[in-house]
Amino acid sequence: MSLTINNLTKSFGQLPVLEDMNLQVKDHEFVAILGPSGSGKSTLLQLIGGLLTPDNGTIQMNEEKINGQKGLISYMPQNPSLFPWRTVLDNVVLAAELKGNPDYEEAKLLLKKAGLEEFQTSYPSELSGGMKQRVAFIRALLGKQTLLCLDEPFSALDEFTRIKMQKWLLSIWEENRKSILFITHSIEEALFLADRIYVLSKRPAYVKVEITIPFSRPRDESLIAKHEFFQLKQEILQYMKEELNGDD
Amino acid sequence: MHNIRIRGGRSLCFLLLLCLLWELLIRLTETPKWLLPAPSDVLKEATIDFSVFYEHLLSTINLSIIGLVLGCSVGLLISIILHRLPKVNEVLYPLLILSQNIPTIVLAPLLIIWFGFGLLPKLIIISLVCFFPIVVASMDGFRQTAPELKHYMRMAGATTKQIFWKLEFPHALPAIFSGLKIAATYSVMGAVISEWLGAKKGIGVYMTLAQSSFRIDRVFVAIGFIMLLSVCLFGIIRLLERLVVKGRNEGMK
Repeated sequence: MSLTINNLTKSFGQLPVLEDMNLQVKDHEFVAILGPSGSGKSTLLQLIGGLLTPDNGTIQMNEEKINGQKGLISYMPQNPSLFPWRTVLDNVVLAAELKGNPDYEEAKLLLKKAGLEEFQTSYPSELSGGMKQRVAFIRALLGKQTLLCLDEPFSALDEFTRIKMQKWLLSIWEENRKSILFITHSIEEALFLADRIYVLSKRPAYVKVEITIPFSRPRDESLIAKHEFFQLKQEILQYMKEELNGDD
Repeated sequence: MHNIRIRGGRSLCFLLLLCLLWELLIRLTETPKWLLPAPSDVLKEATIDFSVFYEHLLSTINLSIIGLVLGCSVGLLISIILHRLPKVNEVLYPLLILSQNIPTIVLAPLLIIWFGFGLLPKLIIISLVCFFPIVVASMDGFRQTAPELKHYMRMAGATTKQIFWKLEFPHALPAIFSGLKIAATYSVMGAVISEWLGAKKGIGVYMTLAQSSFRIDRVFVAIGFIMLLSVCLFGIIRLLERLVVKGRNEGMK
């Protein structure tokens, strides 16, 4: 699965949001999109998800134009968005259910791996914030689509839970390596997780710089203390500062 | 559940206290029975006359339940249609509200003129009083679906049909049940009103007969059973709600 976005432009009325955006997610690749808040990251996702159609440019999946087509991506939103009346097991199969008969055995297996086996029959209101996000991620994984779009999935969690969740996400991802497009505003998160990072400009957004991350996998948290990690972080911080300084 | 029992018990105690006060006042003031009977007189009459009353009660129970089921099904169907077809909604919703401004008391004789004294006009009356709370409650429920869940469903590629049946409908269930509870109490009232206007059996008939022969004690027997019936229907709906609505009453446990 590969995703290619060419010259994507979108504006709402007089307000330009995306301008001439180009990016790519290759097969089995983990790509992070880093941008200041209000830079049009969510708009980008809605364009890829087909909820919006671009004013200009193309979105291609496996060389095929998919502008405005829905249901081709798996999606994990910022807040877990679990259905309160469904048990954990019924929640994780939801995305798959939309496309046909879900595989309950696979769902149970993934829940077990996520340490949620005993919560299968619980309702979301009985889970902690981190557990809810794990359920939401498994729901996205169980979707039949091969591109996962994650919209700032850990931004509402506390620092400790977030680091734990990032490690957990990597460990699950190492096993099946679906292509991931990960939206975030945390530089460390992007550096820790991704193979490549696109840094967006402020609105109207375009790709300011593309950074390939040299760290090998599997990664662990000792990476955060390394000199190279720190240097890359400073570099990206510099780019983002340039963007923010331009503001008013 | 435990809490509800305690609360129900307290209400019952208070009701008993009121009855006791009533009994006391009647005895002290020596009010004649044909003007206002004491609770003990009403209770006595209820036990003596129960074999006669029983048939009337059964007929009303039957009528209320059939009417309630019919009215609620029609109400639910209308609300689903109106919700899924916004253009129809624009035209029909104001008319629905208008329909509720026709007084049942005026409409009932007309329906009897048109449809005779059979079951049909009675069911129409009950359905008319029952369907409105269901329509309003379920439409509000459908509309108030959490926007982030809807956004998720759209991003995940759900069709509008899937969004309705997998998200909006289950999301609206608590609201639908609120409507059902109101409709359940209305249905008994609707049944009694429809019986007033012409029937062979029913609490409404029993009540009219009692009233015209100044048997106020029998009127009170009828009132008591109407209340009991309403409470029972309400309880059944509550029980159903507990079975159907899941994962959302954690705070109430």
